[in-house]
Amino acid sequence: MTHAAPVEKVMTKNWANPGQNTLEGYQRSGGYTALKTALEWAPAKVIDEVKKSNLRGRGGAGFPTGLKWSFVPKDNPKPKYLAINADESEPGTAKDRFILENDPHMLLEGIAIACWALGAHTCYIYARGEFKYPSAVLDKAIAEAYAAGIFGKKLLGKDFELNVYQVRGAGAYICGEETALLESLEGKKGWPRLKPPFPAVVGLFGCPTVVNNVETIASLPPIINQGAEWFAKLGTEKSGGTRLVTLSGCVNRPGTYEVGMHTSLRDLIYADEFGQGLPAGRMVKAVIPGGSSAPVLNAAELDTKLEFEAFKPMQSMAGSGGVIVMDDTCCMVRCLWRVARFYAEESCGQCTPCREGQPWMARLLRKIEEGLGDMDDLKTLMNVAASIAPWPPIGLGNTICALGDAGALPVQSFVTKFKDDFVKHIENKGCPHGDKPWGHFGDFV
Amino acid sequence: MPEPLFTPEEQLQFDRGIDELLTHYPPDRKSAAMLPALRHLQTLKGWLPPEGMALVAQRLGTTKERAYEVATFYVMFHTEKPGRYVIDVCTNLSCALRGAEGLLTYMEQKLGTHAGTNGDKYFLRETECLASCGTAPCLQINEDHHENLNKAKVDALLEKLK
Ligand SMILES: Cc1cc2nc3c(=O)[nH]c(=O)nc-3n(C[C@H](O)[C@H](O)[C@H](O)COP(=O)(O)O)c2cc1C
Ligand code: FES
Repeated sequence: MTHAAPVEKVMTKNWANPGQNTLEGYQRSGGYTALKTALEWAPAKVIDEVKKSNLRGRGGAGFPTGLKWSFVPKDNPKPKYLAINADESEPGTAKDRFILENDPHMLLEGIAIACWALGAHTCYIYARGEFKYPSAVLDKAIAEAYAAGIFGKKLLGKDFELNVYQVRGAGAYICGEETALLESLEGKKGWPRLKPPFPAVVGLFGCPTVVNNVETIASLPPIINQGAEWFAKLGTEKSGGTRLVTLSGCVNRPGTYEVGMHTSLRDLIYADEFGQGLPAGRMVKAVIPGGSSAPVLNAAELDTKLEFEAFKPMQSMAGSGGVIVMDDTCCMVRCLWRVARFYAEESCGQCTPCREGQPWMARLLRKIEEGLGDMDDLKTLMNVAASIAPWPPIGLGNTICALGDAGALPVQSFVTKFKDDFVKHIENKGCPHGDKPWGHFGDFV
Repeated sequence: MPEPLFTPEEQLQFDRGIDELLTHYPPDRKSAAMLPALRHLQTLKGWLPPEGMALVAQRLGTTKERAYEVATFYVMFHTEKPGRYVIDVCTNLSCALRGAEGLLTYMEQKLGTHAGTNGDKYFLRETECLASCGTAPCLQINEDHHENLNKAKVDALLEKLK
């Protein structure tokens, strides 16, 4: 048995309380006291507190939340909006869903605090269309908040109108990208916008808009209640708080866990509190650390903290916290092919490198997996990927949004780190794993 | 005479729903309600008939081409009438590592259909990650989510689809 360093529960603290997903239950565990406190402060003080907390975006980019808020122009006469990103579609990621299901008022209280700080009177929560149950829980919570006089003409009795609406998507990964999300909120297909201007300046309906992830905003009540310093201290130097990660793939106990920023990937996979290791005889071969867009790591790179800075030296990222583990009986080519099919399917079609490149990469990977590929195909694969977004480092993409990078980085990292596996397919004219490419747990039983 | 799209009761529900949705947006931004309005139509009719999309467009002050453009961009919108049970099986990586390919094959055998084929009763599809990666494998039947699946659980689920 191995144990990880203890983690103070912040996000999941109350999930097991009966009725936590109702207003009454939420208030029983101290709900909406943070909002009360925040409303006694000037908005600028709230923003300051969020800056001091070192809260960083949990949607993927890890951008400092307080800093993002400070980009909203103060002198712009237009209305301001808050948009909550509940699109949760990054493969490997399943955490926002559980906040909505288990503690929706934590998000709603965070929304009220954020809107007060930003001077936004309208918030849209954009939830992915497949969230039938989470969305139903959220709708109920919103209705409760209106009925209790928390939202509406007055915000908890204060002269500040706040309206909160849930909008449900309809099945498109791209709508998790913040500007595609705004397009979709405007009733259009999800085609990302060129940046700059950034949404904080020109966002929804041409107005200043802050887009934040569900978990990011749900972190606000504890920050206000227990103080920015406390929150910052929970984490590491540059990443405050704790975070939710989803552990999936070839481990004994997959699931969604609250970890510390100091928790290592190794602890997450092996510790008793979390993944409980792999079955006897199996070893980690590869780990995707932050959703399928994050460059893959190998077994030598597991002693990395799950905070936002730590993956930089490996040219990868903590992303959305989707940790996918592949064991030593998994076929790397097959895994990458499946990932590539996703980006091929989900490219919105706006930029040529991505629209043409992602399906091309998927076809080449299929060819190699099926034993029909040659070394030129491998070269072409890497060339296509590099022409969408060369790697390393992260961030050199040639497309309007980062979906291009998201599909190109896995290809380049898998082929670089597991080249032998690809070459073996070519030399043996087939997959060495035969009809068992998915590792220890790959059979449907 | 072509049959009218809505029964009087449906017409009432359609109008009320659209009226309510329009209050969520600035008055000069009616077309922003496109996704929720199409969803509303699909809930009423089971799919998006062209006359329905035209009505949505009219109520939102935009063109039916715009409605169609949006409808065809998002996979959850049905511009053709789907089978009674739309079954979406996630085969993305985390699910594949927990048997999703076998699950899909099992479904194909049990239902006597092929993934991607729309039939009268079943429309079985492969889908992308459903945010259930730690509780894989998973699928949705008419948007109801089912996770941690095994053969016994699938058998019990299919038993209920009459
Ligand atoms: C292709 C793509 C998909 C994305 N999907 C999501 C998503 O599902 N949920 C999310 O919160 N952020 C997603 N993001 C990140 C958002 O663009 C944005 O950075 C985030 O919502 C900002 O919130 P945060 O600062 O609180 O993290 C995605 C980005 C890209 C490029
Ligand atoms: S991979 Fe199937 S739910 Fe995420």
